[in-house]
Amino acid sequence: MGEPRLIEISPVTRVEGHGKVTIHLNDRNEVDEARLHIVEFRGFERFIRGRLLWEVPVIVQRLCGICPVSHHLAAAKAMDMIVGVDVLPPTAEKMRRLMHYGQVMQSHVLHFFHLAAPDLLFGFGAPAERRNIFEVIRENPELGRRAVAMRRFGQEIIEATAGKKIHGTGAVPGGINRNLDIATRDRLLAQVEEMLLWAQDALALARGYTLDHADLVANFAAFPSNHMALARAGDGALDLYHGQLRAIDAGGGTIFEGVDYRRYHDLLVEDVRPWSYMKFPFIRDLGPEAGWYRVGPLARMNVAAFIDTPLADAAHRDMKAATGGRPNNTALANHWARMIEVLHCVEKIRDLLHDTDLQGTDLIATGERRREGIGVIEAPRGNLIHHYEVDEHDQVTFCNLIVSTTHNNEGMNRAVKDVAVRYLGGQERISEGMLNHVEVAIRAFDPCLSCATHALGQMPLQVELIDAGGRVIDSRTRNG
Amino acid sequence: MSEPAFHITIDGVQIAARPGQTIMEAADEAGIYIPRLCDHEGLRHQGSCRVCTVKAGGRSVSACTQPAAPGLVVENETPHMVKLRRDLVEMLFHEGNHLCPICEASGNCELQAMAYRLGLTAPSRFPFLQPTRPLDASHPDIALDTNRCITCGRCIRASQDVDHKGVFGYVGRGIHRRVAVNGPDLAHTDAAITDHAISAEVCPVGCIIRKRVGFRIPIGEREFDAALIGEEIEEHRDD
Repeated sequence: MGEPRLIEISPVTRVEGHGKVTIHLNDRNEVDEARLHIVEFRGFERFIRGRLLWEVPVIVQRLCGICPVSHHLAAAKAMDMIVGVDVLPPTAEKMRRLMHYGQVMQSHVLHFFHLAAPDLLFGFGAPAERRNIFEVIRENPELGRRAVAMRRFGQEIIEATAGKKIHGTGAVPGGINRNLDIATRDRLLAQVEEMLLWAQDALALARGYTLDHADLVANFAAFPSNHMALARAGDGALDLYHGQLRAIDAGGGTIFEGVDYRRYHDLLVEDVRPWSYMKFPFIRDLGPEAGWYRVGPLARMNVAAFIDTPLADAAHRDMKAATGGRPNNTALANHWARMIEVLHCVEKIRDLLHDTDLQGTDLIATGERRREGIGVIEAPRGNLIHHYEVDEHDQVTFCNLIVSTTHNNEGMNRAVKDVAVRYLGGQERISEGMLNHVEVAIRAFDPCLSCATHALGQMPLQVELIDAGGRVIDSRTRNG
Repeated sequence: MSEPAFHITIDGVQIAARPGQTIMEAADEAGIYIPRLCDHEGLRHQGSCRVCTVKAGGRSVSACTQPAAPGLVVENETPHMVKLRRDLVEMLFHEGNHLCPICEASGNCELQAMAYRLGLTAPSRFPFLQPTRPLDASHPDIALDTNRCITCGRCIRASQDVDHKGVFGYVGRGIHRRVAVNGPDLAHTDAAITDHAISAEVCPVGCIIRKRVGFRIPIGEREFDAALIGEEIEEHRDD
């Protein structure tokens, strides 16, 4: 019998934002409790109040430097509703979609190659000094070059539609402030076929990893859960920009579908727990124990009936076949799903670049003012909800944000617990490599902790080992 | 046009000036830019922001109010004057709440453009005062975000002298001096969206806001995206 211990991983690395993990081990070295704590606080929901409605899509994108476009577009969709515009001019919707596909592509590429690849290529327990993008580039220079070039392509799409690669101004309430000039279109078109090939190679890499490590994937932070995403109205296709809410259970049974996302608060409840700044949403009808759910690339693959671009659709069918058509309830298959979405985004980008609507000049629609606006999109990390109320003076009076990482809060905590029990439970000595397994589980969700708490500062993990009396007996901290 | 009555010298360059012209007016005609914020074409000169400070005859004077005089020797773009202007502009950033990343005037803002021209990229030397100032959105077409006001008074002069209304005026003294509206809020004044004082050109920053048009000019097409402030004057310089 040993002493009870508290392990602390702080900060969690290679994620966006600042979090820590605490693992309580009892005197038999069994894991009593394991939690992911989000220790940063941002407060956008509060300080956006009083600002003017057309400023909101620009202000809230400062939530994040990785996927600001997601917040920009979700807020813009909410403001479309407030200015009374239900249907955007085709040029505006297509420019926004182009921006979004560029965004999802660059964010997924960043996650897969820069953040996750070191774990996948070198092993979860590899020496810490090897687990970084520079080692990936040293080992495989061509892969590293493609990672940088693919991300750049996505960023160039964003620049072409929003004016800047990060924190631009494209979407305005009711539309967009620019179209796509021919010279820029042709410059992007010149790269798109190569991107399509590279996206297929990246997909083959992620697929191969998942299938080659089937036992690991099936037993690493894998557990049944509900899944939620937007799906296209009418046919249930994957749609990252717009659709209706659909949730399924772990066996593929429908919980709700075809739901207008403006009713999200009828379906979802946000629970608060004292040890985290991040809320815990759940499906109201199922309650907090059974009603938690996952969002993100894998949830979208589970929820979508099909994909409306041929290469990604074939990849989707191939992935579904691997689980006999049933939902995939693992964590690590997220990487495979992410690369299917990269391929989908590149196909969409190619189609849009050939669409002459992007050179249209009807950019902004007008309508009759409403007090309330709700915008929902599928951000790289999953479903993203922006909800505002605006008074007669054009000032925001209420704001509620549910970001992807918040949706995934319960799932990430369960993943941490699952991996802690499996890899740390019963161990006398805890190595850094064992702790990285916990981080790998968190990383599979590609969490953005900054977005989720509406942080200043770095992206750092902390693991604490707490004894039966609540004392911290061991901790490991890593600076961001 | 009458013949030049006399010459003055700015940074060693002799230029023509006429009786009644200020140093800045003569410099503008000669294509020499003297930075300014409170001075604006069509409004009477005020000389309050001091960004146009030059050395004339060895004395520091505001070029927008100081009359040109025969034989006057003016220092404009000397290292000393540029530093003085940069310090003044930097203090304006510290004194108000100027959040360029989320401001709809960004790219069209004279304060921001002046900072770039003067090589000021990150105000950092002084404490930020972070004053608590109101946003007045009461008017149906116009909003005032006084966090961004630099008390240049251009709106005051435009409203009084061009619109003949007096919507805006100064209140308070010293560091407490502020631009206020002639009523409990903007909705209770006779301000109108058609007023010259409300036009995009009068307010140099993002304080006076024409509602519901923010961010409609794409990045790349804003006033100062392609050119530094003052280059429109320097374009017709002879030498």
